[in-house]
Amino acid sequence: MGGENGGRPWVEMRGIHKWFGGVHALKGVDFHVHRGEVVGLIGDNGAGKSTLIKILSGVFPPDKGEIVVEGRKVRFRSPKDAKEHGIETVYQELALVDNLDVPANIFLGREPALVGGQSLMALLNKGRMLREARALLERLKVNIGDLNALAGELSGGQRQTVAIARALYREPKLLIMDEPTAALAVQETRKVLDLVRKLKERDIGVVFISHTLQEVFAVADRIVILRKGEKVGDLPADELTIDEAVKLMVGGE
Amino acid sequence: MDPKIWLRRINRNRVLFPLGALALLVIVAASLSPHFLTPMNIKNVLSQVSIIAILAAGEACVILTGGIDLSVGAVLAISGSVTAVLMKWAGVAIPLAVLGGLGVGVLAGALNGLMVAWVRIPSFIATLAMMAVARGGTLVLTNGRPVSGFLKSFRAIAGYAGPLPLLFLITFGVYVLWQLALSHTRFGRYVYAVGGNETGTRFVGVNVRRVKLLVFILAGLCAAIGGVMLDARLNAAYPTAGEGYELDAIAAAVLGGVSLSGGVGSLVGTFFGALVMTVLGNILNLLKVGAFYQYIAKGLILAVAAISLSRGIKFAK
Ligand SMILES: Nc1ncnc2c1ncn2[C@@H]1O[C@H](COP(=O)(O)OP(=O)(O)O)[C@@H](O)[C@H]1O
Ligand SMILES: [Mg+2]
Repeated sequence: MGGENGGRPWVEMRGIHKWFGGVHALKGVDFHVHRGEVVGLIGDNGAGKSTLIKILSGVFPPDKGEIVVEGRKVRFRSPKDAKEHGIETVYQELALVDNLDVPANIFLGREPALVGGQSLMALLNKGRMLREARALLERLKVNIGDLNALAGELSGGQRQTVAIARALYREPKLLIMDEPTAALAVQETRKVLDLVRKLKERDIGVVFISHTLQEVFAVADRIVILRKGEKVGDLPADELTIDEAVKLMVGGE
Repeated sequence: MDPKIWLRRINRNRVLFPLGALALLVIVAASLSPHFLTPMNIKNVLSQVSIIAILAAGEACVILTGGIDLSVGAVLAISGSVTAVLMKWAGVAIPLAVLGGLGVGVLAGALNGLMVAWVRIPSFIATLAMMAVARGGTLVLTNGRPVSGFLKSFRAIAGYAGPLPLLFLITFGVYVLWQLALSHTRFGRYVYAVGGNETGTRFVGVNVRRVKLLVFILAGLCAAIGGVMLDARLNAAYPTAGEGYELDAIAAAVLGGVSLSGGVGSLVGTFFGALVMTVLGNILNLLKVGAFYQYIAKGLILAVAAISLSRGIKFAK
Protein backbone atom coordinates (compact mmCIF):
# COMPACT_ATOMS: atom_id res chain seq x y z
CA MET A 1 0.00 0.00 0.00
CA GLY A 2 1.15 3.52 -0.80
CA GLY A 3 3.06 5.23 1.95
CA GLU A 4 0.26 6.60 4.08
CA ASN A 5 2.52 6.43 7.10
CA GLY A 6 5.93 7.00 5.56
CA GLY A 7 7.19 10.54 5.32
CA ARG A 8 5.76 13.81 4.27
CA PRO A 9 2.26 14.04 2.73
CA TRP A 10 2.06 14.96 -0.94
CA VAL A 11 -0.32 17.81 -0.19
CA GLU A 12 -1.18 19.55 3.08
CA MET A 13 -3.82 22.14 3.92
CA ARG A 14 -3.16 23.96 7.19
CA GLY A 15 -5.59 25.97 9.31
CA ILE A 16 -8.03 26.61 6.47
CA HIS A 17 -10.81 29.15 7.14
CA LYS A 18 -13.58 30.17 4.75
CA TRP A 19 -16.43 32.60 5.25
CA PHE A 20 -19.39 33.06 2.89
CA GLY A 21 -20.84 36.34 4.09
CA GLY A 22 -21.89 35.52 7.64
CA VAL A 23 -21.47 31.76 7.23
CA HIS A 24 -18.23 30.41 8.71
CA ALA A 25 -18.03 27.39 6.38
CA LEU A 26 -14.55 26.19 7.42
CA LYS A 27 -13.11 26.84 10.88
CA GLY A 28 -9.41 26.10 10.76
CA VAL A 29 -9.31 22.71 9.05
CA ASP A 30 -6.08 20.71 8.61
CA PHE A 31 -6.14 18.15 5.83
CA HIS A 32 -3.51 16.10 4.04
CA VAL A 33 -3.16 13.33 1.45
CA HIS A 34 -0.23 11.04 0.62
CA ARG A 35 0.49 9.63 -2.80
CA GLY A 36 -1.41 6.42 -3.46
CA GLU A 37 -3.65 7.08 -0.49
CA VAL A 38 -7.43 7.13 -0.68
CA VAL A 39 -8.89 9.56 1.83
CA GLY A 40 -12.63 9.38 2.46
CA LEU A 41 -14.05 12.79 3.33
CA ILE A 42 -17.41 12.59 5.07
CA GLY A 43 -19.78 14.87 6.94
CA ASP A 44 -23.40 15.93 6.99
CA ASN A 45 -24.88 18.22 4.34
CA GLY A 46 -23.35 21.67 4.71
CA ALA A 47 -20.42 20.41 6.79
CA GLY A 48 -17.97 22.06 4.40
CA LYS A 49 -16.72 19.12 2.32
CA SER A 50 -17.28 20.74 -1.06
CA THR A 51 -15.88 24.03 0.17
CA LEU A 52 -12.69 22.33 1.40
CA ILE A 53 -12.03 20.53 -1.86
CA LYS A 54 -12.93 23.58 -3.94
CA ILE A 55 -10.17 25.43 -2.12
CA LEU A 56 -7.82 22.52 -2.81
CA SER A 57 -8.72 22.58 -6.50
CA GLY A 58 -8.33 26.34 -6.88
CA VAL A 59 -11.99 27.31 -7.37
CA PHE A 60 -11.65 29.86 -4.62
CA PRO A 61 -8.88 30.88 -2.21
CA PRO A 62 -8.98 30.24 1.53
CA ASP A 63 -9.64 33.31 3.69
CA LYS A 64 -6.98 32.05 6.09
CA GLY A 65 -4.57 29.15 6.08
CA GLU A 66 -2.13 27.70 3.58
CA ILE A 67 -1.68 24.90 1.09
CA VAL A 68 1.61 23.03 0.79
CA VAL A 69 2.41 20.74 -2.15
CA GLU A 70 5.50 18.50 -1.84
CA GLY A 71 6.76 20.68 0.98
CA ARG A 72 6.40 23.93 -0.99
CA LYS A 73 3.83 26.57 -0.16
CA VAL A 74 1.50 27.24 -3.09
CA ARG A 75 -1.22 29.70 -3.92
CA PHE A 76 -3.93 28.64 -6.38
CA ARG A 77 -5.61 31.56 -8.08
CA SER A 78 -7.68 29.39 -10.43
CA PRO A 79 -8.43 25.73 -11.15
CA LYS A 80 -5.75 26.01 -13.80
CA ASP A 81 -3.08 26.65 -11.15
CA ALA A 82 -4.15 23.57 -9.22
CA LYS A 83 -4.15 21.48 -12.40
CA GLU A 84 -0.62 22.61 -13.15
CA HIS A 85 0.39 21.18 -9.78
CA GLY A 86 -1.26 17.85 -10.67
CA ILE A 87 -4.57 18.26 -8.84
CA GLU A 88 -7.61 17.27 -10.88
CA THR A 89 -11.20 17.36 -9.69
CA VAL A 90 -14.47 15.67 -10.58
CA TYR A 91 -17.04 18.12 -9.26
CA GLN A 92 -20.26 17.27 -7.51
CA GLU A 93 -22.25 19.35 -9.93
CA LEU A 94 -21.27 17.34 -12.98
CA ALA A 95 -19.07 19.70 -14.87
CA LEU A 96 -19.65 18.29 -18.35
CA VAL A 97 -20.93 20.48 -21.14
CA ASP A 98 -24.11 18.74 -22.28
CA ASN A 99 -24.16 20.17 -25.77
CA LEU A 100 -20.63 18.96 -26.64
CA ASP A 101 -19.64 15.41 -27.59
CA VAL A 102 -17.45 13.05 -25.57
CA PRO A 103 -14.01 13.94 -26.99
CA ALA A 104 -14.85 17.65 -26.82
CA ASN A 105 -15.62 17.27 -23.13
CA ILE A 106 -12.54 15.20 -22.36
CA PHE A 107 -10.24 17.72 -24.04
CA LEU A 108 -12.12 20.88 -23.03
CA GLY A 109 -9.58 23.56 -22.15
CA ARG A 110 -6.58 21.75 -23.66
CA GLU A 111 -7.61 20.83 -27.18
CA PRO A 112 -4.80 19.55 -29.41
CA ALA A 113 -4.34 21.90 -32.38
CA LEU A 114 -3.45 21.29 -36.02
CA VAL A 115 -1.95 24.77 -36.28
CA GLY A 116 -1.94 27.73 -33.94
CA GLY A 117 -0.68 26.04 -30.78
CA GLN A 118 -2.25 27.39 -27.63
CA SER A 119 -3.90 30.42 -29.21
CA LEU A 120 -7.65 30.93 -29.11
CA MET A 121 -7.79 30.88 -32.91
CA ALA A 122 -5.96 27.57 -33.25
CA LEU A 123 -7.47 24.96 -35.57
CA LEU A 124 -8.69 21.92 -33.64
CA ASN A 125 -7.25 18.48 -34.30
CA LYS A 126 -10.57 16.64 -34.10
CA GLY A 127 -9.20 13.36 -35.43
CA ARG A 128 -6.60 13.18 -32.70
CA MET A 129 -9.15 14.05 -30.01
CA LEU A 130 -11.40 11.21 -31.14
CA ARG A 131 -8.53 8.70 -31.30
CA GLU A 132 -7.06 9.63 -27.94
CA ALA A 133 -10.46 9.76 -26.26
CA ARG A 134 -11.18 6.25 -27.50
CA ALA A 135 -7.78 4.96 -26.36
CA LEU A 136 -8.16 6.58 -22.95
CA LEU A 137 -11.61 5.11 -22.36
CA GLU A 138 -10.38 1.69 -23.46
CA ARG A 139 -7.51 1.92 -21.01
CA LEU A 140 -10.00 2.69 -18.25
CA LYS A 141 -12.01 -0.31 -19.51
CA VAL A 142 -15.22 1.63 -19.83
CA ASN A 143 -17.65 1.42 -22.69
CA ILE A 144 -19.33 4.63 -23.76
CA GLY A 145 -20.63 3.26 -27.05
CA ASP A 146 -20.87 6.08 -29.54
CA LEU A 147 -18.20 8.69 -28.81
CA ASN A 148 -19.96 11.20 -31.05
CA ALA A 149 -22.90 11.28 -28.66
CA LEU A 150 -23.42 14.54 -26.83
CA ALA A 151 -22.74 14.43 -23.10
CA GLY A 152 -26.41 15.29 -22.51
CA GLU A 153 -27.41 12.06 -24.28
CA LEU A 154 -25.37 9.79 -21.95
CA SER A 155 -26.49 7.96 -18.82
CA GLY A 156 -25.41 9.19 -15.39
CA GLY A 157 -22.72 6.52 -15.16
CA GLN A 158 -21.36 7.26 -18.61
CA ARG A 159 -21.24 10.96 -17.81
CA GLN A 160 -19.36 10.31 -14.61
CA THR A 161 -16.90 8.11 -16.51
CA VAL A 162 -16.27 10.86 -19.02
CA ALA A 163 -15.69 13.34 -16.19
CA ILE A 164 -13.20 10.95 -14.57
CA ALA A 165 -11.50 10.20 -17.88
CA ARG A 166 -11.05 13.91 -18.41
CA ALA A 167 -9.43 14.29 -15.01
CA LEU A 168 -7.14 11.29 -15.58
CA TYR A 169 -6.00 12.35 -19.04
CA ARG A 170 -3.59 14.75 -17.39
CA GLU A 171 -2.02 12.01 -15.25
CA PRO A 172 -2.74 13.87 -12.01
CA LYS A 173 -0.93 13.25 -8.74
CA LEU A 174 -4.15 13.83 -6.81
CA LEU A 175 -7.71 13.18 -7.95
CA ILE A 176 -10.57 14.75 -6.00
CA MET A 177 -14.01 13.21 -6.42
CA ASP A 178 -16.95 15.06 -4.88
CA GLU A 179 -19.88 12.65 -4.59
CA PRO A 180 -19.01 10.85 -7.82
CA THR A 181 -21.59 8.13 -7.21
CA ALA A 182 -24.53 10.29 -6.10
CA ALA A 183 -26.37 10.00 -9.41
CA LEU A 184 -25.36 6.42 -10.23
CA ALA A 185 -27.02 3.00 -10.26
CA VAL A 186 -25.47 0.17 -8.19
CA GLN A 187 -23.66 -1.37 -11.14
CA GLU A 188 -22.20 1.97 -12.21
CA THR A 189 -21.16 2.76 -8.65
CA ARG A 190 -19.18 -0.47 -8.50
CA LYS A 191 -17.28 0.53 -11.60
CA VAL A 192 -16.32 3.87 -10.09
CA LEU A 193 -15.11 2.15 -6.89
CA ASP A 194 -13.03 -0.30 -8.96
CA LEU A 195 -11.55 2.66 -10.77
CA VAL A 196 -10.55 4.30 -7.49
CA ARG A 197 -8.70 1.14 -6.44
CA LYS A 198 -6.85 1.11 -9.76
CA LEU A 199 -5.77 4.71 -9.27
CA LYS A 200 -4.32 3.77 -5.92
CA GLU A 201 -2.20 1.11 -7.63
CA ARG A 202 -0.89 3.81 -9.93
CA ASP A 203 0.22 5.82 -6.87
CA ILE A 204 -2.36 8.54 -7.44
CA GLY A 205 -3.80 10.09 -4.28
CA VAL A 206 -7.58 10.22 -4.12
CA VAL A 207 -9.99 12.33 -2.07
CA PHE A 208 -13.33 10.54 -2.15
CA ILE A 209 -16.51 12.23 -0.92
CA SER A 210 -19.76 10.31 -0.58
CA HIS A 211 -22.89 10.20 1.53
CA THR A 212 -22.95 6.43 1.30
CA LEU A 213 -20.57 5.46 4.07
CA GLN A 214 -20.40 1.82 2.90
CA GLU A 215 -18.80 3.07 -0.31
CA VAL A 216 -16.35 5.24 1.55
CA PHE A 217 -15.34 2.44 3.89
CA ALA A 218 -14.99 0.10 0.90
CA VAL A 219 -12.27 2.19 -0.76
CA ALA A 220 -10.73 4.56 1.77
CA ASP A 221 -7.45 4.02 3.64
CA ARG A 222 -8.20 6.90 5.96
CA ILE A 223 -11.38 8.74 6.90
CA VAL A 224 -11.65 12.45 7.64
CA ILE A 225 -14.87 13.67 9.25
CA LEU A 226 -16.14 17.26 9.09
CA ARG A 227 -18.92 18.70 11.21
CA LYS A 228 -20.12 22.29 10.83
CA GLY A 229 -16.82 23.38 9.33
CA GLU A 230 -14.60 21.64 11.86
CA LYS A 231 -12.56 18.47 11.56
CA VAL A 232 -13.89 16.08 14.20
CA GLY A 233 -12.17 12.88 13.13
CA ASP A 234 -9.13 11.69 11.16
CA LEU A 235 -8.53 7.95 11.49
CA PRO A 236 -7.34 4.94 9.47
CA ALA A 237 -10.44 3.29 8.03
CA ASP A 238 -9.80 0.02 9.83
CA GLU A 239 -9.79 1.73 13.24
CA LEU A 240 -13.29 3.10 12.75
CA THR A 241 -16.72 1.57 12.32
CA ILE A 242 -19.56 3.07 10.31
CA ASP A 243 -21.57 3.59 13.51
CA GLU A 244 -18.74 5.52 15.14
CA ALA A 245 -18.32 7.60 12.01
CA VAL A 246 -22.04 8.50 11.98
CA LYS A 247 -21.81 9.56 15.64
CA LEU A 248 -18.90 11.85 14.88
CA MET A 249 -20.72 13.29 11.85
CA VAL A 250 -23.89 14.25 13.69
CA GLY A 251 -22.21 15.04 17.02
CA GLY A 252 -23.87 15.40 20.46
CA GLU A 253 -25.15 12.45 22.45
CA MET B 1 -27.30 3.19 -37.50
CA ASP B 2 -30.78 3.73 -36.08
CA PRO B 3 -32.42 6.23 -38.45
CA LYS B 4 -33.79 8.21 -35.53
CA ILE B 5 -30.32 8.75 -34.08
CA TRP B 6 -29.05 9.52 -37.57
CA LEU B 7 -31.69 12.19 -38.09
CA ARG B 8 -31.04 13.69 -34.69
CA ARG B 9 -27.34 13.86 -35.47
CA ILE B 10 -27.91 15.63 -38.77
CA ASN B 11 -30.21 18.06 -37.06
CA ARG B 12 -27.90 18.61 -34.10
CA ASN B 13 -27.39 22.19 -35.15
CA ARG B 14 -31.03 22.49 -36.09
CA VAL B 15 -30.62 23.63 -39.69
CA LEU B 16 -33.41 21.38 -40.97
CA PHE B 17 -36.17 23.54 -39.52
CA PRO B 18 -35.15 26.88 -41.09
CA LEU B 19 -34.23 25.13 -44.33
CA GLY B 20 -37.67 23.51 -44.49
CA ALA B 21 -39.38 26.79 -43.61
CA LEU B 22 -37.44 28.59 -46.33
CA ALA B 23 -38.26 25.96 -48.96
CA LEU B 24 -41.92 26.09 -48.04
CA LEU B 25 -41.95 29.87 -48.10
CA VAL B 26 -40.27 29.99 -51.53
CA ILE B 27 -42.80 27.53 -52.97
CA VAL B 28 -45.73 29.47 -51.54
CA ALA B 29 -44.25 32.81 -52.65
CA ALA B 30 -43.60 31.57 -56.19
CA SER B 31 -47.16 30.30 -56.55
CA LEU B 32 -48.69 33.46 -55.10
CA SER B 33 -46.77 36.01 -57.15
CA PRO B 34 -45.42 35.73 -60.70
CA HIS B 35 -42.83 38.39 -59.85
CA PHE B 36 -41.20 36.44 -57.04
CA LEU B 37 -38.80 34.33 -59.09
CA THR B 38 -37.79 37.07 -61.53
CA PRO B 39 -34.03 37.85 -61.59
CA MET B 40 -34.78 41.42 -60.58
CA ASN B 41 -36.65 40.38 -57.47
CA ILE B 42 -34.10 37.71 -56.52
CA LYS B 43 -31.31 40.29 -56.68
CA ASN B 44 -33.42 42.57 -54.54
CA VAL B 45 -33.95 39.85 -51.92
CA LEU B 46 -30.24 39.04 -51.86
CA SER B 47 -29.35 42.71 -51.30
CA GLN B 48 -31.94 43.04 -48.57
CA VAL B 49 -30.91 39.91 -46.74
CA SER B 50 -27.26 40.97 -46.66
CA ILE B 51 -27.62 43.60 -43.98
CA ILE B 52 -29.99 41.71 -41.68
CA ALA B 53 -27.87 38.60 -42.12
CA ILE B 54 -24.62 40.29 -41.22
CA LEU B 55 -26.15 41.67 -38.01
CA ALA B 56 -27.57 38.22 -37.31
CA ALA B 57 -24.12 36.63 -37.70
CA GLY B 58 -22.75 38.61 -34.78
CA GLU B 59 -25.95 38.31 -32.82
CA ALA B 60 -25.98 34.52 -33.23
CA CYS B 61 -22.45 34.23 -31.79
CA VAL B 62 -23.47 36.26 -28.74
CA ILE B 63 -26.63 34.18 -28.26
CA LEU B 64 -24.61 30.97 -28.61
CA THR B 65 -22.64 31.99 -25.51
CA GLY B 66 -25.93 32.52 -23.68
CA GLY B 67 -25.94 36.32 -23.96
CA ILE B 68 -27.87 38.81 -26.05
CA ASP B 69 -26.86 42.01 -27.84
CA LEU B 70 -29.56 44.65 -28.11
CA SER B 71 -27.16 47.30 -29.39
CA VAL B 72 -26.45 46.00 -32.91
CA GLY B 73 -29.01 48.28 -34.59
CA ALA B 74 -27.66 51.40 -32.85
CA VAL B 75 -24.05 50.36 -33.43
CA LEU B 76 -24.90 49.96 -37.12
CA ALA B 77 -26.16 53.55 -37.08
CA ILE B 78 -23.18 55.09 -35.32
CA SER B 79 -20.65 53.19 -37.43
CA GLY B 80 -22.47 54.17 -40.60
CA SER B 81 -22.61 57.80 -39.49
CA VAL B 82 -18.95 57.92 -38.50
CA THR B 83 -17.97 56.56 -41.91
CA ALA B 84 -20.28 59.07 -43.64
CA VAL B 85 -19.11 62.04 -41.57
CA LEU B 86 -15.46 61.15 -42.12
CA MET B 87 -16.01 60.98 -45.87
CA LYS B 88 -18.34 63.92 -46.36
CA TRP B 89 -17.32 66.43 -43.72
CA ALA B 90 -13.74 65.55 -42.90
CA GLY B 91 -12.70 64.60 -46.42
CA VAL B 92 -11.03 61.42 -45.25
CA ALA B 93 -10.13 58.83 -47.90
CA ILE B 94 -12.74 56.07 -48.33
CA PRO B 95 -10.70 53.15 -46.94
CA LEU B 96 -9.77 55.14 -43.84
CA ALA B 97 -13.34 56.31 -43.33
CA VAL B 98 -14.54 52.71 -43.55
CA LEU B 99 -11.85 51.63 -41.10
CA GLY B 100 -12.98 54.41 -38.78
CA GLY B 101 -16.56 53.14 -38.89
CA LEU B 102 -15.48 49.57 -38.27
CA GLY B 103 -13.27 50.75 -35.44
CA VAL B 104 -16.24 52.39 -33.73
CA GLY B 105 -18.14 49.09 -34.00
CA VAL B 106 -15.24 47.16 -32.50
CA LEU B 107 -14.96 49.70 -29.69
CA ALA B 108 -18.68 49.51 -28.89
CA GLY B 109 -18.48 45.71 -28.91
CA ALA B 110 -15.43 45.77 -26.64
CA LEU B 111 -17.25 48.03 -24.17
CA ASN B 112 -20.22 45.64 -24.20
CA GLY B 113 -17.86 42.73 -23.58
CA LEU B 114 -16.10 44.50 -20.72
CA MET B 115 -19.40 45.41 -19.07
CA VAL B 116 -20.68 41.84 -19.36
CA ALA B 117 -17.56 39.79 -18.63
CA TRP B 118 -15.69 41.98 -16.14
CA VAL B 119 -18.28 44.19 -14.47
CA ARG B 120 -20.77 41.30 -14.68
CA ILE B 121 -23.72 43.37 -15.84
CA PRO B 122 -26.29 41.10 -17.52
CA SER B 123 -25.86 41.41 -21.28
CA PHE B 124 -29.50 42.42 -21.65
CA ILE B 125 -28.89 45.56 -19.57
CA ALA B 126 -25.33 46.32 -20.69
CA THR B 127 -26.24 46.28 -24.37
CA LEU B 128 -29.47 48.20 -23.74
CA ALA B 129 -27.28 50.95 -22.26
CA MET B 130 -24.98 50.73 -25.27
CA MET B 131 -27.98 50.96 -27.57
CA ALA B 132 -29.08 54.22 -25.96
CA VAL B 133 -25.57 55.70 -25.91
CA ALA B 134 -24.79 54.74 -29.51
CA ARG B 135 -28.13 56.08 -30.79
CA GLY B 136 -27.62 59.31 -28.86
CA GLY B 137 -24.03 59.54 -30.10
CA THR B 138 -25.26 59.18 -33.68
CA LEU B 139 -27.73 62.05 -33.23
CA VAL B 140 -25.10 64.27 -31.64
CA LEU B 141 -22.56 63.50 -34.36
CA THR B 142 -24.95 64.21 -37.25
CA ASN B 143 -27.09 66.88 -35.56
CA GLY B 144 -29.95 64.51 -36.20
CA ARG B 145 -29.76 64.99 -39.96
CA PRO B 146 -28.94 62.51 -42.71
CA VAL B 147 -25.49 62.69 -44.27
CA SER B 148 -25.83 61.87 -47.95
CA GLY B 149 -24.30 61.92 -51.41
CA PHE B 150 -21.18 59.75 -51.41
CA LEU B 151 -18.57 59.21 -54.12
CA LYS B 152 -19.32 56.71 -56.83
CA SER B 153 -16.42 54.54 -55.77
CA PHE B 154 -17.97 54.19 -52.30
CA ARG B 155 -21.43 53.44 -53.68
CA ALA B 156 -19.82 50.68 -55.73
CA ILE B 157 -19.89 48.60 -52.53
CA ALA B 158 -23.60 48.21 -53.21
CA GLY B 159 -22.97 47.29 -56.84
CA TYR B 160 -22.74 43.96 -58.59
CA ALA B 161 -20.12 41.33 -59.23
CA GLY B 162 -21.54 39.64 -62.31
CA PRO B 163 -25.13 38.76 -61.47
CA LEU B 164 -24.64 38.84 -57.71
CA PRO B 165 -24.91 41.88 -55.42
CA LEU B 166 -21.56 42.69 -53.85
CA LEU B 167 -23.28 43.19 -50.49
CA PHE B 168 -24.45 39.60 -50.64
CA LEU B 169 -20.96 38.36 -51.44
CA ILE B 170 -19.51 40.28 -48.48
CA THR B 171 -22.09 38.83 -46.13
CA PHE B 172 -21.66 35.36 -47.56
CA GLY B 173 -17.90 35.61 -47.10
CA VAL B 174 -18.33 36.67 -43.48
CA TYR B 175 -20.67 33.73 -42.87
CA VAL B 176 -18.23 31.22 -44.36
CA LEU B 177 -15.40 32.56 -42.19
CA TRP B 178 -17.53 32.73 -39.03
CA GLN B 179 -18.95 29.24 -39.50
CA LEU B 180 -15.49 27.78 -40.08
CA ALA B 181 -14.24 29.55 -36.95
CA LEU B 182 -17.16 28.21 -34.92
CA SER B 183 -16.75 24.62 -36.08
CA HIS B 184 -13.00 24.29 -36.29
CA THR B 185 -11.23 26.64 -33.90
CA ARG B 186 -10.70 26.51 -30.18
CA PHE B 187 -12.58 29.81 -29.94
CA GLY B 188 -15.63 28.28 -31.62
CA ARG B 189 -15.54 25.29 -29.32
CA TYR B 190 -15.47 27.62 -26.29
CA VAL B 191 -18.39 29.66 -27.63
CA TYR B 192 -20.54 26.53 -27.52
CA ALA B 193 -19.04 25.40 -24.20
CA VAL B 194 -19.72 28.74 -22.48
CA GLY B 195 -23.29 28.67 -23.77
CA GLY B 196 -23.81 25.10 -22.59
CA ASN B 197 -22.19 25.24 -19.16
CA GLU B 198 -20.34 28.42 -18.25
CA THR B 199 -19.27 27.33 -14.77
CA GLY B 200 -18.06 23.94 -15.96
CA THR B 201 -16.09 25.61 -18.73
CA ARG B 202 -14.46 27.98 -16.25
CA PHE B 203 -13.59 25.06 -13.95
CA VAL B 204 -11.53 23.32 -16.64
CA GLY B 205 -9.42 26.46 -16.94
CA VAL B 206 -10.90 28.19 -19.98
CA ASN B 207 -10.68 31.98 -19.87
CA VAL B 208 -14.43 32.54 -20.22
CA ARG B 209 -14.15 36.32 -20.00
CA ARG B 210 -11.92 36.49 -23.04
CA VAL B 211 -14.36 34.37 -25.04
CA LYS B 212 -17.27 36.64 -24.11
CA LEU B 213 -15.27 39.78 -24.88
CA LEU B 214 -14.34 38.46 -28.30
CA VAL B 215 -17.92 37.49 -29.11
CA PHE B 216 -19.20 40.98 -28.35
CA ILE B 217 -16.37 42.52 -30.37
CA LEU B 218 -17.37 40.34 -33.32
CA ALA B 219 -21.00 41.39 -32.94
CA GLY B 220 -19.92 45.05 -32.91
CA LEU B 221 -17.76 44.49 -35.98
CA CYS B 222 -20.63 42.80 -37.83
CA ALA B 223 -22.94 45.68 -36.97
CA ALA B 224 -20.36 48.17 -38.24
CA ILE B 225 -19.94 46.26 -41.50
CA GLY B 226 -23.72 46.43 -41.80
CA GLY B 227 -23.58 50.20 -41.22
CA VAL B 228 -21.07 50.75 -44.03
CA MET B 229 -23.10 48.48 -46.32
CA LEU B 230 -26.30 50.41 -45.61
CA ASP B 231 -24.52 53.74 -46.29
CA ALA B 232 -23.50 52.46 -49.70
CA ARG B 233 -26.93 51.02 -50.47
CA LEU B 234 -28.91 54.13 -49.53
CA ASN B 235 -26.21 56.63 -50.56
CA ALA B 236 -26.87 58.20 -47.17
CA ALA B 237 -26.37 57.66 -43.44
CA TYR B 238 -29.62 58.23 -41.58
CA PRO B 239 -29.39 58.78 -37.81
CA THR B 240 -32.42 56.52 -37.44
CA ALA B 241 -30.83 53.75 -39.51
CA GLY B 242 -31.09 50.27 -38.05
CA GLU B 243 -33.90 51.04 -35.62
CA GLY B 244 -35.47 47.73 -34.69
CA TYR B 245 -32.80 45.76 -36.57
CA GLU B 246 -31.67 44.11 -33.33
CA LEU B 247 -35.05 42.41 -33.20
CA ASP B 248 -34.74 41.25 -36.81
CA ALA B 249 -31.26 39.91 -36.05
CA ILE B 250 -32.45 38.07 -32.96
CA ALA B 251 -35.46 36.75 -34.89
CA ALA B 252 -33.21 35.50 -37.71
CA ALA B 253 -31.00 33.66 -35.23
CA VAL B 254 -33.95 32.10 -33.39
CA LEU B 255 -35.71 31.13 -36.63
CA GLY B 256 -32.38 29.65 -37.68
CA GLY B 257 -32.38 27.31 -34.70
CA VAL B 258 -30.11 29.22 -32.31
CA SER B 259 -31.35 28.55 -28.78
CA LEU B 260 -31.77 31.65 -26.63
CA SER B 261 -30.44 29.70 -23.65
CA GLY B 262 -27.13 29.26 -25.50
CA GLY B 263 -24.96 26.44 -26.79
CA VAL B 264 -27.16 25.24 -29.64
CA GLY B 265 -27.42 26.44 -33.22
CA SER B 266 -25.23 27.44 -36.14
CA LEU B 267 -24.52 30.23 -38.56
CA VAL B 268 -25.76 28.15 -41.48
CA GLY B 269 -29.14 27.99 -39.76
CA THR B 270 -29.00 31.70 -38.93
CA PHE B 271 -28.42 32.49 -42.58
CA PHE B 272 -31.52 30.54 -43.54
CA GLY B 273 -33.36 32.29 -40.72
CA ALA B 274 -32.40 35.69 -42.13
CA LEU B 275 -33.54 34.55 -45.59
CA VAL B 276 -36.88 33.43 -44.15
CA MET B 277 -37.40 36.87 -42.57
CA THR B 278 -36.42 38.66 -45.79
CA VAL B 279 -38.41 36.47 -48.18
CA LEU B 280 -41.43 36.84 -45.93
CA GLY B 281 -41.15 40.64 -46.06
CA ASN B 282 -40.59 40.47 -49.82
CA ILE B 283 -43.64 38.34 -50.60
CA LEU B 284 -45.84 40.50 -48.38
CA ASN B 285 -44.59 43.51 -50.34
CA LEU B 286 -45.27 41.80 -53.65
CA LEU B 287 -48.77 41.00 -52.44
CA LYS B 288 -49.11 44.65 -51.40
CA VAL B 289 -49.74 43.87 -47.77
CA GLY B 290 -49.35 47.06 -45.73
CA ALA B 291 -46.32 47.58 -43.49
CA PHE B 292 -48.43 47.51 -40.33
CA TYR B 293 -49.71 44.03 -41.14
CA GLN B 294 -46.19 42.93 -42.01
CA TYR B 295 -45.09 43.55 -38.42
CA ILE B 296 -47.89 41.36 -37.20
CA ALA B 297 -47.09 38.63 -39.71
CA LYS B 298 -43.41 38.57 -38.73
CA GLY B 299 -44.28 38.44 -35.05
CA LEU B 300 -46.62 35.50 -35.60
CA ILE B 301 -44.04 33.58 -37.64
CA LEU B 302 -41.46 34.12 -34.89
CA ALA B 303 -43.88 32.88 -32.23
CA VAL B 304 -44.70 29.77 -34.27
CA ALA B 305 -41.00 29.12 -34.84
CA ALA B 306 -40.17 29.48 -31.17
CA ILE B 307 -42.95 27.10 -30.19
CA SER B 308 -42.07 24.40 -32.72
CA LEU B 309 -38.36 24.67 -31.90
CA SER B 310 -38.91 24.23 -28.18
CA ARG B 311 -41.15 21.23 -28.93
CA GLY B 312 -38.27 19.88 -30.98
CA ILE B 313 -35.97 20.07 -27.97
CA LYS B 314 -38.39 18.06 -25.89
CA PHE B 315 -38.56 15.38 -28.58
CA ALA B 316 -34.80 15.15 -28.70
CA LYS B 317 -34.42 14.59 -24.96
N1 LIG C 1 -20.72 29.71 -2.89
C1 LIG C 1 -21.28 29.77 -1.67
N2 LIG C 1 -21.88 30.90 -1.24
C2 LIG C 1 -22.45 30.98 -0.02
N3 LIG C 1 -22.46 29.98 0.86
C3 LIG C 1 -21.89 28.81 0.51
C4 LIG C 1 -21.27 28.65 -0.77
N4 LIG C 1 -20.79 27.38 -0.85
C5 LIG C 1 -21.09 26.80 0.33
N5 LIG C 1 -21.74 27.64 1.15
C6 LIG C 1 -22.17 27.34 2.52
O1 LIG C 1 -21.06 26.80 3.20
C7 LIG C 1 -21.45 25.70 4.00
C8 LIG C 1 -20.70 24.46 3.58
O2 LIG C 1 -21.19 24.03 2.30
P1 LIG C 1 -20.55 22.83 1.48
O3 LIG C 1 -19.09 22.95 1.50
O4 LIG C 1 -21.22 22.80 0.16
O5 LIG C 1 -21.01 21.55 2.33
P2 LIG C 1 -21.03 20.01 1.96
O6 LIG C 1 -20.37 19.83 0.64
O7 LIG C 1 -20.31 19.35 3.08
O8 LIG C 1 -22.48 19.59 1.92
C9 LIG C 1 -22.96 25.59 3.86
O9 LIG C 1 -23.55 26.30 4.94
C10 LIG C 1 -23.24 26.28 2.56
O10 LIG C 1 -24.53 26.82 2.56
MG1 LIG D 1 -21.12 19.07 -1.23
